[in-house]
Amino acid sequence: MPDAVKSVEFDVLRYRPEQEDVPAWQRYAVPYSHDMSVLQALQHIKDELDGSLSFRWSCRMAICGSCGMMVNGKPALSCQTFVRDLLPGPIRIEALAHFPIERDLVVGVDGFVKKLEGIKPYLIPKEPRTLAQGEYLQTPEELEQIEQFSSCINCMLCYAACPQFGLNAEFTGPGVLALLHRYNADSRDGGRAQRMDVLNAEEGVWSCTAVGYCSEVCPKQVDPANAVNQNKVNSAKDYFLRFLSPKGARR
Amino acid sequence: MSRKAYLRPMEGWWRRDPFFVRYMVREATAVAVLVYTIVLTVGVVRLSQGEAAWNGWLQAMRSPGSLVLHAVLLVSMFVHAKSWFEIMPKTMPMIVIGGKRLAASTITRSGWAAAVVASIVLLSLAGWWRP
Repeated sequence: MPDAVKSVEFDVLRYRPEQEDVPAWQRYAVPYSHDMSVLQALQHIKDELDGSLSFRWSCRMAICGSCGMMVNGKPALSCQTFVRDLLPGPIRIEALAHFPIERDLVVGVDGFVKKLEGIKPYLIPKEPRTLAQGEYLQTPEELEQIEQFSSCINCMLCYAACPQFGLNAEFTGPGVLALLHRYNADSRDGGRAQRMDVLNAEEGVWSCTAVGYCSEVCPKQVDPANAVNQNKVNSAKDYFLRFLSPKGARR
Repeated sequence: MSRKAYLRPMEGWWRRDPFFVRYMVREATAVAVLVYTIVLTVGVVRLSQGEAAWNGWLQAMRSPGSLVLHAVLLVSMFVHAKSWFEIMPKTMPMIVIGGKRLAASTITRSGWAAAVVASIVLLSLAGWWRP
């Protein structure tokens, strides 16, 4: 059947702030080929049909995290979503949900980047170490604690899947909290105390209501819902342990 | 050029995806758990008020309206348990047994096993103590 398809229709949500106040749908007919990704279809539109269409992309192989968008209402990387799986169409393309649309399929990422910076997403050594002391060693078990969470590519699909983020943009959100866990759970890291304020805040793990859709849409199997929800326990421990020790749970 | 970003409204968000509808069902069925606790608490209060009050409560429990309510509560609680056991693996830290990570499906099945065992124990106790 797919070989008989000549062209596929795409409904794209357009927003050009200089000429319209509210986004509007625009339809394009794109010549179909069996190996075409949604990103390639958008590139065809931009190159051959309408040069004014704006969208982000870079690597074309699901590692840069730039081309996330809503495809038929679900958050997806357009480079790894194939048109053949969405036939017969029309295929609805919209900017990532819950983010402000800057133009067409381009969303504002300022809030996300600010949150990401706020969690100190890097290893903070427990104590200074000289070069002569050698590398930090880690067992396979210690690596497993963090490995899946370190696969995050900051594509923000999980934010487009999270209604709590949609309802309250202050929520730190699944992706950044998963990365926070990735560093806190690392056996080589000593920066946990510096990150607990973000985690403990109402906008931290406690804004999550365990919808779980973030983990469904993650293209890298990071399972952010797991990172966030197991840290509700860590946050509760951090709160109650302060009553047991004069220094609290903070190291 | 100044920016004029457009923020899309969230009205009716939970109807946008079947996943969100299932989430809302999980949250809504929690009300059934609350209602049943209230029913049982009223029973305990009536018991403390003497035999007549207690028999009145038992009578009320046997009314058709009460039976329908209990059927609805039972189904709701089953749905609630199912949806919570499904999300349970996401709420737990990684469990490694014998060098292998415990699968999410095993955690979900353990939840069901615990619920079934608890129900059997409770029902046998209830049957045993029947006068």
